[in-house]
Order: sequence, then structure tokens, then C-alpha cells
Amino acid sequence: MRFRFLTPVLAFAGIAVVMWYALFNLNPTEIPTELINKPAPEFALEPVPGYGPGLAQSDLATGKVVLLNVFASWCVACMAEHPFFMKLKAQDTVDIYGLNYKDTPDAAAQWLARHGNPYKRTGVDLKGRVGIDFGVYGVPETFVISPDGKILDKIIGPVSEDMFDARIRPLLNGAGS
Amino acid sequence: MVAEIGQFVLILALITAIFQGVFPLIGAAQNSQPMMRFASNAALVQFLAVTAAFICLTVGYVTSDFSILNVANNSHSLKPMLYKISGVWGNHEGSLLLWSLILALFGLAVAVFGRNLPDTLKARVLSIQGLVGVGFLMFILFTSNPFERLDPAPLDGSGLNPLLQDPGLAFHPPFLYLGYVGLSVTFSFAIAALIEGKVDPAWARWVRPWTLAAWGFLTVGIALGSWWAYYELGWGGWWFWDPVENASFMPWLAATALLHSAIVVEKRDALKNWTILLAIIAFSLSLLGTFLVRSGVLNSVHAFASDPARGVFILIFLIVVIGGSLLLYGIRAPQMKGGGLFAPISREGALVLNNLLLSTATATILLGTLYPIFLDAFTGAKVSVGPPYFEATFLPLAIPLVIAMAFGPFLAWKRGDLAGVISRLKFGLFLSLLLVGFIWWQQTDAPVMAFVGMGLFAWLLIGSLLEWSDRIKLFRGPLSSSWRRMKQVPRSAHGMTVAHIGVALVVLGITASETWQTEHLGVMRPGEIVSVGGYDFRFDGAETIAGPNYEAVRGTFLASTGSNKGDYLYPEQRRYTTPPMETTEAAIRPMLSADLYVVIGEEDGTGGYAVRIYHKPFISWIWIGSFVMFFGGALSLSDRRLRLGAPRRTRQQKAVATDLSGVKG
Amino acid sequence: MTSIFRPLALALLLAPFIVLSAASVFIEEKLDDPAQEARAREISGEIRCLVCQNQSILDSNADLAKDLRQIVRERISLGDTDDQVRSYLVERYGDWVLLNPPFKMTTLFLWLGPAAIFLFGAFAMIVFLRNRSRSVEGESTARLSAKEEVEIEQLLKPDKPGKNS
Repeated sequence: MRFRFLTPVLAFAGIAVVMWYALFNLNPTEIPTELINKPAPEFALEPVPGYGPGLAQSDLATGKVVLLNVFASWCVACMAEHPFFMKLKAQDTVDIYGLNYKDTPDAAAQWLARHGNPYKRTGVDLKGRVGIDFGVYGVPETFVISPDGKILDKIIGPVSEDMFDARIRPLLNGAGS
Repeated sequence: MVAEIGQFVLILALITAIFQGVFPLIGAAQNSQPMMRFASNAALVQFLAVTAAFICLTVGYVTSDFSILNVANNSHSLKPMLYKISGVWGNHEGSLLLWSLILALFGLAVAVFGRNLPDTLKARVLSIQGLVGVGFLMFILFTSNPFERLDPAPLDGSGLNPLLQDPGLAFHPPFLYLGYVGLSVTFSFAIAALIEGKVDPAWARWVRPWTLAAWGFLTVGIALGSWWAYYELGWGGWWFWDPVENASFMPWLAATALLHSAIVVEKRDALKNWTILLAIIAFSLSLLGTFLVRSGVLNSVHAFASDPARGVFILIFLIVVIGGSLLLYGIRAPQMKGGGLFAPISREGALVLNNLLLSTATATILLGTLYPIFLDAFTGAKVSVGPPYFEATFLPLAIPLVIAMAFGPFLAWKRGDLAGVISRLKFGLFLSLLLVGFIWWQQTDAPVMAFVGMGLFAWLLIGSLLEWSDRIKLFRGPLSSSWRRMKQVPRSAHGMTVAHIGVALVVLGITASETWQTEHLGVMRPGEIVSVGGYDFRFDGAETIAGPNYEAVRGTFLASTGSNKGDYLYPEQRRYTTPPMETTEAAIRPMLSADLYVVIGEEDGTGGYAVRIYHKPFISWIWIGSFVMFFGGALSLSDRRLRLGAPRRTRQQKAVATDLSGVKG
Repeated sequence: MTSIFRPLALALLLAPFIVLSAASVFIEEKLDDPAQEARAREISGEIRCLVCQNQSILDSNADLAKDLRQIVRERISLGDTDDQVRSYLVERYGDWVLLNPPFKMTTLFLWLGPAAIFLFGAFAMIVFLRNRSRSVEGESTARLSAKEEVEIEQLLKPDKPGKNS
């Protein structure tokens, strides 16, 4: 019965282990998407003026894995991932579709003109309703969409090359093989 | 120059703390007088050094020396002087320095007031204080140096978060820290007792004033914080069960439990292991409160992603301090034997019940606070644990606690007479039911919690008063003899009555303001009148005014009833420029019967303003009650037996204890 | 998380109590039916704002919170029940948005934990109290309780005339 006095330290050890794990591996601000393996929600949007024929749910089921990137001209962090997306486009690694979130069409068009257009199609989500249907809560976010239009994963925040290699590339290859 | 001096004395403090942590401990083990006496001197030097560092940082703030990174990030030359000073602890680095300062202050206090402590115990307590100080000073120096230079120095600073530019919040952290850090003394006593392998009533008697002081400061600190949330955030709420609030509430609950269990140790030499454990847990929760919200683990932001060293340091520190002391407890506690015997229905039994409820409440809040992390770690699922959960789990524990609070003080030590107590409390029960009946008669459809809350308020208030009058035999003899008795009753007993009445008042404030609050929310135009809670509020328009470092839209409202001329209320919506941010300054007319609470918001473009008006009955009593609790603690602390008579009392206690064991054998 | 939230949130951490975004009264369209508006407020009060610190969408002036408030109103005016409104949001953002965690497998220990802790504590308390008192009862005879009376007297003496402190 002497060991019952060790209960507190064992309980604390359990808490400490989880804390340690959480410190390095968990991000409490990230709320993963609820839509994993579910079809992308229904929507149909006008394009950013001058940038493609618009974007709808049916455009996402392309027979290959594609990305849907949520962006806005007012979004500072979007600038961090933009050059990488341009590179992806130049290398033709993956098709990227742009969902312009709570922006003005003119500002979005200017932004794309100034920095370059990495997107195959764009859609203007003026009121952010499509974003909400996708469970978007910040910009940028990037969805990985399966060949049949289902959501495979969501990256919250700017996509970096490392993150792309770790989380997106396996999905691309998986669909290819 | 001042930053370099600050840096230097901080290093000096760290070195002193290391010596203070090591030598007295060795001295106590080898019974070396010089090494033990060194502890007090080291405590003094450490205090002086940390004070000097704190003064250096304060000078940096007062003179707006923006070549110090910390000042540049958190101050601004246009800020009012009060907030330049409170800005010292309104940021991560400075608040840690304040923590260390208070820790050193308590260390010094133990050295000065602990003259009647046995040499070894005193040396060990101071040494543990020193070791805790080492952790804090290392954390400051290695990861959060407030004296870091910035080159080139900017022309002006980036300002203090405007929400923190508030008198309530200027003084809230110091009180909270006095509470958190005060528990370090109790903790050090507990660890010292574990090392010595001896806990006796004398130990409990020595610990009590420190626990009382810490508890009192924590009470005031939490009350100030909730008061600030009440008038500054503009939602009329005062408690949000936020992780940060919970982090201060948990040590308070644990300290309250500790306060009560230590009485059993003191009076009856029982519950020793449990009291030691509570002392460790209370301080551990303080550390958790200080650190966890900064580590990025608990809070909703990866705030220190840029500097993961802090999070790692924090966790290692917590593991060493909490894990180490709990391990020591696990090894040493089994050797301590419990003392006095008692029946389940007794004062001791009531205090055990108090501890059961308080520690379950603490554990529940800890569970709710940490659960999202655990779930995420084990399953990857995300949940939020918000106010509804905490209310649903805390109330079922708080209600029996308050019911028992009226019983406990009536019960005799060792074996109580429940039937007798009930018959003495009949009157209280009758009056409580009368009040509940009256409310029901007034408002048949009032929510159930209204009846429960008001009943509990009356029950505890009257129960406490009955017990007090019983004690001084009020009305059972000439008043003069009651008066004489009242003066003879130890102050700590009066303190208990006062503190319990404080709880009753808090219950009143919470229940009444939650149940009978009325609200008006909408757009008002100048000249418009709305009626809220029996008051007519006339909106006389809004104007733009300039403050020292902000611009504000200030509304003018006249609140009146039919019978009086009324009071003017001036709510503001402030717009600060450095950093750019808007804050709400609610206009509050506090009264004993109710608060009038007006908030002004956006303009609608046509001259109307968004307005929120509350009538909150009895809400001030939440803070009055908290202050009464604090006063009860202070009264108890002023008991002369705590200050003077400890050694003498000890001998008597011991004699009794010996007799008891004789009887048992 | 857009980048503007980060420095703010960082500043917020520094106060011992949480600091939340400030403006608390907003102008926005309300539902005409006061009963429906009251329901919308009730629901919004228990939906967690995604881009704030612990705060409901009712209390936040963040853009997304405003949008979600409007959605709550919309769903209610379309005839949704309270549960339907909540599950509309949960389908998009997960259980995370519910400040009142639902009772299900993942929250089993959260909801049952307090009761389990209490029962465990109560069990320990009863065992402890029985141990303490069994010895009293076990050895208690008329003779002993008389002695005990004396001891209680002794115990009380230093505290005279009160019996506690």
C-alpha cells in the first residue's frame, strides 16, 4: 500500500509526457477540416475578372489530384506561398485552383497581375460563404482534392516546400500509382 | 548603462540564489550552524539584487529608454506615468522579473519573521525558496532577458496593449503574483518537512500565516481580474472560464483546501500527508498558472513558436519542481504516521468533506482545461471546453460545499453532535426557506438556480452569524459578558466567520445578477429614452474627445428613476494609435442594489449609436464579498497567537497529543 | 490564421488574465421576430469564435464571427431547430466550435471524469474516516469516552472560550 503515495507523481508524469508531446507536435490553433474524404461542397463562382472561366464544384473532379488554394489580396501570409505556387505552375507539378476569399474582384485582379497567376481557374467568393462551406477560417488555406472531387487534406497557413513534400506530394504520387 | 547594471545584478541574484539553494541544505544535513545561518543573509542579498534589477527596468520605462528592447516593445513616450510603471510587468519578461522579486521578498520575509523556527527547518525552507528562485532567474536570463539592448534605438516605442492601460489591471498582476508566490513558502515548508520526515502541529502553525497571506492575495488578485474583465471588456460578464482564469482559480481552490486541512494538522495532528500533498499541489498549480499560459501548450496560439527554447525550459522546470517534489512525497510520505482519531461526524470530518469537494472541483477544472490537449494528443480530435462545461460540473460541487459550510463550524472536534447542530441551525433553515418562499411568491417562474442560490446565500449568512453568536453567547446573558467573550474569542475564529460571510455575499451577487439582469441592446438616437430595470436611460448624444494617447467617442446618458434627478453616465469607445486598437470603456454606476452599465459602440452612419445597457442587481456584492473574504483572512492573520505564541502553543499541543496516544495504548 | 491575429494574440498572452478583442457592441441586422433573435443570440453565445482567443462568436467583432452570426440567424429564419443550426456549423468546423462539448465517445472521460474523481475521492474519504473512527469506536467503552471528555476539555482549553479557530 506504500505505493499509493506514488499516485500523484505518476499522474503528473502522465500529464508531463502529453505536454511534452503537445509542445512539439500539436498546434492548438489548427482546426483540421471536417470534410476529409467527403466531396467538396457545392458551389459555382464567377472568376476574378480576366482570370479564367470561373470555378464550380464540378471543376474540381478532374481525374487527378489538384489543389484548391484560398487566397486574398489583403492577405499578407499569402505572399509567403505565392512564389512557390508560381514554381509549381512552371514545373507543372500540380494544378492549382484559386478561391478568392472576401476580396474585391478588382483588387484580386490587380494582385494577380502584379505577382503572377499560379491558378488554373479562379472563383470570387465575395461574401465568404463558399469559404464557410469549406470550413475556411483564415487565409491562406489549401485543400488537396482527389481525382473524384473529394477532399483529401487541408493545409492551414502558407504552403512551404517542406510541407508540400511531406503532406501533398505523397497524395499526388498515391493517386498516380 | 542602466540595462547593464540590471543585467549584472540579475546575474548576481542568480549566483546568490544558487548558494542559497545549496549551502543551507548541506548545513542542515550536517548540522552546521554557519552554513544554516548563511541562508538568511543570502535571502537578503538575493532580495536586494532582484530589487535593484527591478528598479533598473523601472527606470528604463520611466525614462522611456527605447534602447532597451523590452521598453521599446511595450512602452511609448506619450503613455501616462502610471502605465509606464505598470508596463514594467505588463509584458512577459517584466512579469517574470516581478515574480522573482516577490519570490525574493517572501524569502526575505521568512528569514525575518521566522526567528522562532528551528534552525534546520528554517535553513531548509530558505534553501527551497532559493532553488525555486534559481529556476526563475535562469529562465529570465537565458530565455526572457528584459535588459536586452536594441541597436539602433527607435525614436519611440510600440506601446502597451491599450486594454492593459487600466488601473484595475495595473494592480491585478502584483496581487495575483503575491498569491501565487506566497504559496511557494507553503511549498518550501512542505518540502522541508518531507526532508526532515516530520510534520507536527507546530509545523502547521508556522505554515498557516503564509498560506493565509497567499490565499488572501490570491483572492484579491482574482477579484481585481474579474472586476477588470467586467468593466473593460464591455460584455457585462466577469468570469469566462478561460484557461487563463482557470489557471488562477485552481491554485485558489487548492489553497482554500490547504487552509482548512492545515487546521486539522494543527489541532489534531491528523491529515498530515494530505496537507503536505495539497501544499505541493497548490504551488504546482501556481506554476502551471504562471507558465502554461506562456508555453504555447495550453493557449490557443503558438506564441513562442519563434522561441521554442522557452516552452522547453518551462516544461523542464515544471518537471523538475513538480515531478521532483511529488516523487519526494511518494518516497517520504509513507513514513509519516497520522495522529488524532475522530468520528466521521466531527469538525475534522467536516473539514475532510470540505477538502473532498474543493479538490474534486480543482481536479475537474484541471481536467476541463487540459482535456483538449489530451484528446488531440491521443486521437487527433479537437474539442472546446467552454463555460457550459465548467458551470455544469462546478455547481454540483459548490452547492453541497456551501451547505456544509454552515454545519462545519458548529461541529465539535473529535466527535460532533449532528442532531444538536441541526437544531441550532433550525432558525437559519427557516429564514432561508422564508426567503425562497418570498422569491417564489414574487416571481413564480424564476429559474431554479435563483431559488437555490438565494437559499444558499441566506443559509450560509445566517448559519455563520448563528455560529458566531453562539460562540459569544449572544442574548444568553448580559450583553457585557457577550462583549467580553467576543474579545476573548481568537481573531482567527472571527476571521473564519467573516470569510464565510464573504462567500455568502459572493453567492448573493452571482445569483442575483445572473437571474435578474435586464438588458437593452440596440441603436439609440440622441434624445431617445429606453427603460431598463426600472431606470430611464436618456441618450444625449456623443462627441469625439482626445485623450493623452487615444481618441474616443464619448456618449452621454442620463439614468433616472421617477423619484430622482438621475446620474450622468459617459461610456467611451477609445481608439488607440500605438498599437492601433479599439477598446470599450463601459460607464458603470455601481450601487449596492444594482449596477447600471452602459456601453457605446459603432455609429450607424445616420447619427444613431449601437448601445448596450445593463441593469445588474447586486453584482457589486461579488467583489464586496471577495473583499470581505480577504478581510476575514487578514483578521485571522492578525491573530496574536500566530505572531507571538507559536512556541508556547506548540508545547501545549504536544502535551495533549502525547496524552491522547497514552489513552489509545 | 491570417497574420494580423498573431501579434495581437501574442500581446494578449502577457496579461495574467486573458485580454480579448475589444469592441463589444456592433451594429448589425437582427431578425424581426424577437423570439428568433433571442434563439440566435443563445446559440451564438455557445459557438466558439475560430479566430479569437476563447470567445464566443456572439462577443466577437472578428469578420468571421460576424459572418457566422449571420448564418445562425439565416438558418433560424429558414426554420432550423437549434440542433440543426449547431450541426450545420459542426459539419463545417467540427466539434471544436461548440463551447459546450457534446457527450460522445471522445468526450466520455471529460463528462464522466468529474463524477469518477468525486467517487474515487469519496471512497478514499470513507475508508479514511472509517479508519480514523473505527479505532475510536472499537476501543470506546463508557470508561474511555469519559476519558475522552477530559481530553476534549484539555484540547479546548488553550482556545477558551471558542472551540475552533
